[in-house]
Amino acid sequence: MRNILAIVERELRAYFTSPIAYVVLTIFVFLSGLFFRSILAQVLQMGLMSQLQAQQLGPRAMDMPGMITRGFLSTMSVILLFVMPMLTMGLFSEEKKRGTIELLLTSPVTDLQVVLGKFFAAVAFFVILLLTTWIPTGFLYWYSSPASGPILTAYLGLLLYGLALMAIGLFISTLTENQIIAAVVSFGIVMVLWLVDVFANSVDSSNGKAVLTYLSVLNHLDDFMKGVLSTSHIIFYLSLMLIALFLTYRSIDSLRWRG
Amino acid sequence: MITVENLTKRYAAKMAIESVSFQVEKGEILGFLGPNGAGKTTTMRIIAGFMPASDGTVRVDGFDVFENPLDVRRRIGYLPENPPLYLEMTVAGYLRFVAKIKGVPKEKIDLEIKRVMERVSITDVADRIIAKLSKGYKQRVGLGQALIGDPPVLILDEPTIGLDPKQIHEVRELIKDLAGNHTVVLSTHILPEVEQTCNRVVIIDRGKIVAIDTPQNLRFQLQGAERVFMEIQGPAPEITSKLKAMPGVIDVHTLGSNDGRHRFQVDGELKKDIRSDLARTVVQNGWGLYELQSVTMSLEDIFLKLTTAEERE
Repeated sequence: MRNILAIVERELRAYFTSPIAYVVLTIFVFLSGLFFRSILAQVLQMGLMSQLQAQQLGPRAMDMPGMITRGFLSTMSVILLFVMPMLTMGLFSEEKKRGTIELLLTSPVTDLQVVLGKFFAAVAFFVILLLTTWIPTGFLYWYSSPASGPILTAYLGLLLYGLALMAIGLFISTLTENQIIAAVVSFGIVMVLWLVDVFANSVDSSNGKAVLTYLSVLNHLDDFMKGVLSTSHIIFYLSLMLIALFLTYRSIDSLRWRG
Repeated sequence: MITVENLTKRYAAKMAIESVSFQVEKGEILGFLGPNGAGKTTTMRIIAGFMPASDGTVRVDGFDVFENPLDVRRRIGYLPENPPLYLEMTVAGYLRFVAKIKGVPKEKIDLEIKRVMERVSITDVADRIIAKLSKGYKQRVGLGQALIGDPPVLILDEPTIGLDPKQIHEVRELIKDLAGNHTVVLSTHILPEVEQTCNRVVIIDRGKIVAIDTPQNLRFQLQGAERVFMEIQGPAPEITSKLKAMPGVIDVHTLGSNDGRHRFQVDGELKKDIRSDLARTVVQNGWGLYELQSVTMSLEDIFLKLTTAEERE
């Protein structure tokens, strides 16, 4: 555990001594504010419309804070898709390029500890990103009283989603010495996993359609956003994460063999 | 302390090392000598536990590198060919990280960093960013990294590369100083380094061990190949051909001439003293003999001789 923590600490320091952390944080906070504002405006407009309709058709219940958070956090999930490859791209590729991997792999640390240390560091940064979205969400609590249940499940969903996608990014970064390549390839894979249900429409067999729809990483987020906790979605993200971490572990092992 | 047996490493296309066996005693400094690409780095990486061997075993202090990797790694300080430095960290921060992953107890870390920095004289740059340091300092930070935790075995791949002569001298003194309490394996392609620092030498070429011995013995063994330096007054082409024709003489080289006196280098057969025969030939032909001297081959010559032997055959 101490070894893992040492690696996590070093990685987090590395994030914050390079400009990456600040650039990512700044742009992410800026974008999240921008989207929150536009979603807020949209929902307010819908609210006004429904008030007008209510005069003719009678009053209708409308969960405005819920609509805002749902819209906002769904948008965040797409933005995070673009951000995550930047968090994982250098984790192993830089070590390979600089030769520091030789230090890690000849220290009394197991390969698993190295993999987990790197992974937890990326997860920790991801959590910091998620926490910044509480700035706009906090305003919502200030001026309104949204139902906390769906918000908490949405955050849990985003966390699981991040675990899965960052494990994939971690694996990709073991395959190259170039962090730009690692970022582009991880991004490509994440895009495919995002859009895979679009391809599902062009598949004839219903089984194929079901599989492709199942693989779409964003589909599994919907229920979390609605406040529904379903084990099948949790298992989907966790198994994706475990497969990717296992591949990372194997990849480090083969790195040793190939030298 | 270190036992290497029949170590073999195959890559897809080629053999990196083949049946390499040797032992290193406790407190000894063993030099690994060979041209670039001979398999020095591969051998050291296997001992340090960075990569597994295709065949053969390595035991460090009784532990098998493959079966008890962590026990072995705890006993080894390893300086790879390129010092494994996180450039964005400060020297002290980097050594602190190394101390943590090497399992130095928390309360001893500060003391350990201080000790190591003094040992490799980098205390003055403790708070500097590694990327901003000169090559000599970087190399010493790398060496410091290997010393963290005071491991009994040190594996140093080209420890003096990139240093200036003064720093090279310092590092060599440091390594000699470390021996005794530590077992050191170092690689180099610079011969004087081996002669000055090592108790024993392993000469490796194209993945195979060519010779293992003390520098003194290697020199002695090869002195069998008698080399004589001569200065003779007379017709150079005739002298060369007559000397070459003598029994026991392998080769004659002209080294230059001055005032009608020519300098020659004569290589004789193994363990045969040809000096008196040479003198007689010169006198019988009526040339003037100004100098005749047996030359001790330097390790450099031995090294060249050993590693090029196969090509000549």
